[in-house]
Amino acid sequence: MFARVGKWLDDRLGLSTLVELGSHKTVPVHRYSVFYYLGGMTLFFFLVQVVTGVLLMLYYRPSANEAFESVEFLMTVVPFGWLIRSIHSWSANLMVFFAVLHMISVYFMKSYRAPREITWVTGVLLLFLILGFGFSGYLLPWNQLAFFATKVGTDIAGVVPFVGEFMVRFLRGGDRVSGGTLSRFYGWHVAVLPAITTVVLLVHLALVQVKGMSVPPACEDEAKKRPPMKFFPHFALRDLSGWIFALGVLAALAALFPWELGEKADLFAPAYENIRPEWYFVFMFQTLKLVPGGEIMGLEYEAIPIFIFGAAGLLLLLVPFLDRGRSVGWALGGVAALIFAVGMTCWGYASLLPLYVVFITAILLSLFAFITRRGAQ
Amino acid sequence: MDAIQSQPRRTFINWFFGTTLGAIVATIVYPILRYVSPPRIPEATTNQVEAGDVTDGALKDKGFKIIRFGAEPVILLKATETDYRAFSATCTHLDCIVGYQKDQSRIYCNCHGGCYDLNGRNVAGPPPRPLTAFKVNLVTKGSEPAKIVVSRA
Repeated sequence: MFARVGKWLDDRLGLSTLVELGSHKTVPVHRYSVFYYLGGMTLFFFLVQVVTGVLLMLYYRPSANEAFESVEFLMTVVPFGWLIRSIHSWSANLMVFFAVLHMISVYFMKSYRAPREITWVTGVLLLFLILGFGFSGYLLPWNQLAFFATKVGTDIAGVVPFVGEFMVRFLRGGDRVSGGTLSRFYGWHVAVLPAITTVVLLVHLALVQVKGMSVPPACEDEAKKRPPMKFFPHFALRDLSGWIFALGVLAALAALFPWELGEKADLFAPAYENIRPEWYFVFMFQTLKLVPGGEIMGLEYEAIPIFIFGAAGLLLLLVPFLDRGRSVGWALGGVAALIFAVGMTCWGYASLLPLYVVFITAILLSLFAFITRRGAQ
Repeated sequence: MDAIQSQPRRTFINWFFGTTLGAIVATIVYPILRYVSPPRIPEATTNQVEAGDVTDGALKDKGFKIIRFGAEPVILLKATETDYRAFSATCTHLDCIVGYQKDQSRIYCNCHGGCYDLNGRNVAGPPPRPLTAFKVNLVTKGSEPAKIVVSRA
């Protein structure tokens, strides 16, 4: 019976071609193979975001008068509402973390070399989209932190020459951060960004399938000697074990550290002490804090770091087209940027915690590499 | 002969279709672009606001309060018993709302550590410009506590 239904479907959908393709898919094995799991991990958190995000939409109301109260209701009255929202928040942070980690590993393994330039570009675009999700989602609970983060974040767009003022008004839906901003950010967060992300993500994933995994130059000999791993079932099962572990970590974080709601946004209250954006913006935040007020040739000092960060973003996007040799300059530049970002984040928190997170991540990755290593054949 | 004649005809058709397509795209894109940029709503200009009286609790405890001057936040602070001052509460750095630190007698922005003195001058941290000053008048009527009136300087 099942065989007949299967045959009927296969005649119409051609599923056996996909199965055939999947059975040939392999992953190269070498000492850095563990980094191949990071993209899949990011994808896992993205899927969690989609599911929990849709669930949050059932209760959330995007207006200045109701947003905070609807989240409060969700957190306190709706069964498991606290869990869904906490998982959404934690998973968002972990998604950013793994996307960044994935990018760093791809950068240093130089996987962006021909013919994978477009895979890299779509990947960096996805990272920017994820940061856009983070920024727009931040405002939705309409609390004090959200209000000031959005004021600052949108004000920054004003430094762009010529179109700055238009961009600020376009982002805010008016001259000030208000209920109109909330409507816009909600639209971005639940419709515009997901639509764009879905398309870019599909291109990214398709390219990974078409071009296969890149082997870093330093491991080419090793990867030739060791037989590759079949994707089904060996690599996929290892992926899955990581995802199940991640789900456990998410549940534990959400249960032990439910996401705070804070106080409702007051458009006429001073910013509270030690106000700070999410950790992934802290290095920029700290840099902005350090730049004194002043002007040079009509350009305010505060605009200078903003332009540098913008240029760095563009540089990151174009790395595959600019890195044309075997020079170590790009690797050194990457290390310098990492040290700057981690150092500034530590400074911003006045704590070494970010550095510990880096060490713990390295240990966990090594552990995962050890557990998922291939046994004797 | 045919080939020579059809060349300009092809060019004409390409040009014709190209401009038609361009025009269609423009008629779609233009309204959308206009739609997404929010209309400028003229705000009624506020020139004067009554900000309670001198017995106000917040002024007594924290030495300041943020008042609504139209849609704009304005900080009203009590420098001494009789000296009230008001400034725009919008930090000139990146748009946060400032507060008054009584013990340090300075106006401070918690977002990026911008510092202003009690004349609204930017004295430390990232702010590029001073805060706009407002005028404060105390109006006494009979035996009631004096009312604080803030107005544009």
